Amino acid sequence: MLSRTADHLYWMSRYTERAENLARMLQVDTHWALLPREVGELDRSWEATLSMVGQLDTYRERYGEISADQVIRFLAFDEDNPASIVSNLNMARENARAVRGTLTFDQWEIINSTWLELKLRSFDHLQGDALTGFFEWVKLRSHLSRGATIGTMMRDEGFDFKRIGTFLERADNTARILDVQFRMLAPDGVTSSNEADYYRYRALLESVSAYEIYRKVYRDRITPARIAELMILRADMPRSLHRCAEGLVQHLQAVANDQSGETLRQVGELHASMHYTRIDLILEDGLHAFLRDFLDRINGLGRRIAQDFLVSVTA
Amino acid sequence: MMQSNTAAATPPNVAYNEMQDGRGQTRQHYRQLQDWLSEMPNERLTQKRDDADTLFRRMGITFAVYGENAGAERLIPFDIVPRIITAVEWRRLSRGLTQRVNALNSFLSDIYHEQEILKAGRIPAEHVLCNVQYRPEMQDIEVPGDVYAHIAGVDVVRADEGEFFVLEDNLRVPSGVSYMLEDRNVMMRLFPELFARYAVEPIEHYPDILLDNLRSVAPAEVLEPTVVLLTPGAYNSAYFEHAFLAQQMGIELVEGKDLMVRDGFVFMLTTRGPQPVHVIYRRIDDDFLDPLAFRQDSALGVPGLLAAYRAGHVTIANAIGTGVADDKSIYPYVPEMIRFYLDEEPILNNVPTRILRNPDDLAYTLEHLSELVVKEVHGAGGYGMLIGPKASKEQLERFREQIKANPGRYIAQPTLALSTCPTFVDEGIAPRHVDLRPFVLSGSDVHIVPGGLTRVALREGSLVVNSSQGGGTKDTWVLET
Repeated sequence: MLSRTADHLYWMSRYTERAENLARMLQVDTHWALLPREVGELDRSWEATLSMVGQLDTYRERYGEISADQVIRFLAFDEDNPASIVSNLNMARENARAVRGTLTFDQWEIINSTWLELKLRSFDHLQGDALTGFFEWVKLRSHLSRGATIGTMMRDEGFDFKRIGTFLERADNTARILDVQFRMLAPDGVTSSNEADYYRYRALLESVSAYEIYRKVYRDRITPARIAELMILRADMPRSLHRCAEGLVQHLQAVANDQSGETLRQVGELHASMHYTRIDLILEDGLHAFLRDFLDRINGLGRRIAQDFLVSVTA
Repeated sequence: MMQSNTAAATPPNVAYNEMQDGRGQTRQHYRQLQDWLSEMPNERLTQKRDDADTLFRRMGITFAVYGENAGAERLIPFDIVPRIITAVEWRRLSRGLTQRVNALNSFLSDIYHEQEILKAGRIPAEHVLCNVQYRPEMQDIEVPGDVYAHIAGVDVVRADEGEFFVLEDNLRVPSGVSYMLEDRNVMMRLFPELFARYAVEPIEHYPDILLDNLRSVAPAEVLEPTVVLLTPGAYNSAYFEHAFLAQQMGIELVEGKDLMVRDGFVFMLTTRGPQPVHVIYRRIDDDFLDPLAFRQDSALGVPGLLAAYRAGHVTIANAIGTGVADDKSIYPYVPEMIRFYLDEEPILNNVPTRILRNPDDLAYTLEHLSELVVKEVHGAGGYGMLIGPKASKEQLERFREQIKANPGRYIAQPTLALSTCPTFVDEGIAPRHVDLRPFVLSGSDVHIVPGGLTRVALREGSLVVNSSQGGGTKDTWVLET
């Protein structure tokens, strides 16, 4: 497969996944904004989301004060903000367009119709419930896009690079969500929790489609430690860090070439470290430190994947 | 996209009506369609047309528009009334096209080798050798199968009593075939019942024939040739077509930066390292193919490609330098080429053409300017053209001065009454002027899928079918019997 084609497929998946996760985060934020809370607390949760996507400074420069409407407008609909949902979906479509001959008809039609429908939606038309509906829509379009990939795409290298993009982006996003939310909810580690926090933990689980799974797995009250375990270590939890690492190993092995040995070693090591640890060990050293280290390794992998496969190999 | 000019003008009432004869009777092959149309209320047709638009848009069948609103994507209007050509008409047309393209390939081979036709004095040598489309780099280069124009998109119109006239030969990078294929696809989705009434020749196998054709002209020593389609990229107006054809043929769609030349061989850069490439179906003009050989500022091409080509390690389709055969100043000599190389009389008509560098032709043209169509030799897309009968006094005078200042840049032709076909427009079904671009594939053999792209001038009385100027497309049916 052409390196350029692989690159477009990989980024098409990354941007789609990124849009979905941002929609998930904003959905939680708008939900939380409705719950009773102390003054200033609300701002902190919007700030957390802004910083999670690396846009807090830009936002402050442009708008100063935090306001819910402004943050949503900026993160969801602003075409001048490269990190917004709209920009991510535009980029996904741009990448798809560049390799549309490699996509199945279903894949192309879904990503193209998402892009066409997106033009009909703007913040000014979407208030209250409709806004939640928009975030749901983004999530569903991402499900559709991924479903078309899994359901219609030949299992060749193109498929592997699409999946690599999905897992790498999801690993990054899940780790960021956990890091930011836990720092807000349990700044002293994940030991404390009170009744009021219940709703927030529940919202956190829902944001990664994990609430029902949590119930099924633990059949017990929600605790931060169990959430961390579920979202980091459970290999059967589709959005967990462990599952993402597993997916990366599988698909990177499938596309291995002469120069990708070190990349495979690193991803294998990352996977093993998920497989052979326990949540109490992670919490002992600090969740934040663990997640930072994880994010560094994911970023490193991203750079290696680009070098090994995606920039034109002229060697 | 689909660059070419279409002549010309006379009042529409003398144009050949493809559906109705002179007494207003519907011709035999249009009767079923006529019945079907009369059963369809206008609202239903409107609904179907909207459905078609939605399909095209959803499939992303759009073309980029240069200039206005960069990055904009537009639909080419699609007319839901098919154009019907009888088996008898098609047999004559396809024989004529085959003859013509064979002669043009012979001409290109001759021009880049012995130049017998020039020595015989049948074409003035300076018309060819001083033409900017003549590529000295191609002199005495052997190309596989002696084929230069692997893909030709010949523009044909019907005039007078429905006879076929060739307007242009388009031997460089003709486009439009994806619209031919998608128009059929959409028609079959929307009107399956119509296909039950007519036995229509299939065209869907075009990509298979194209791929066979391209493989057949690979360098001789290659047993399993790798074919790629070279595109200028996603922002080119015909990008949809490039992606579509690559996908339909199952070949890689490459940009210049995906290819490299090493030791005189061409490779594409893949996730598993460089892989050899043997045939390049290029959709990039000669000028941009190789910055080392042609335009140095081209970022679209592949450095060293010309050298690899000249060494015979890769086939480029169409060959470099085919533009010398489809140039408007060479066009008047195509009938002579047919006689010279094939020793046959031309089956299809040429439009009588005056070359204004000849003093007699110039004098005649200046005298009859208001009756003629004047075209720029290197113009394309319907720009730089004068339609005498439709021009104002000022336009005529302005053109007269331009012609006098630089006669070599122009040719003149009589105005042709393009035939009309029934077309669904605001006021219902009405005749509109059409042309036809069949695609002629030359490899070890010549193949033409029955039909081609019909372009239709949607504005009443308009003769300009270019998509850049309000033209649309129609599905084209060649009947099996």
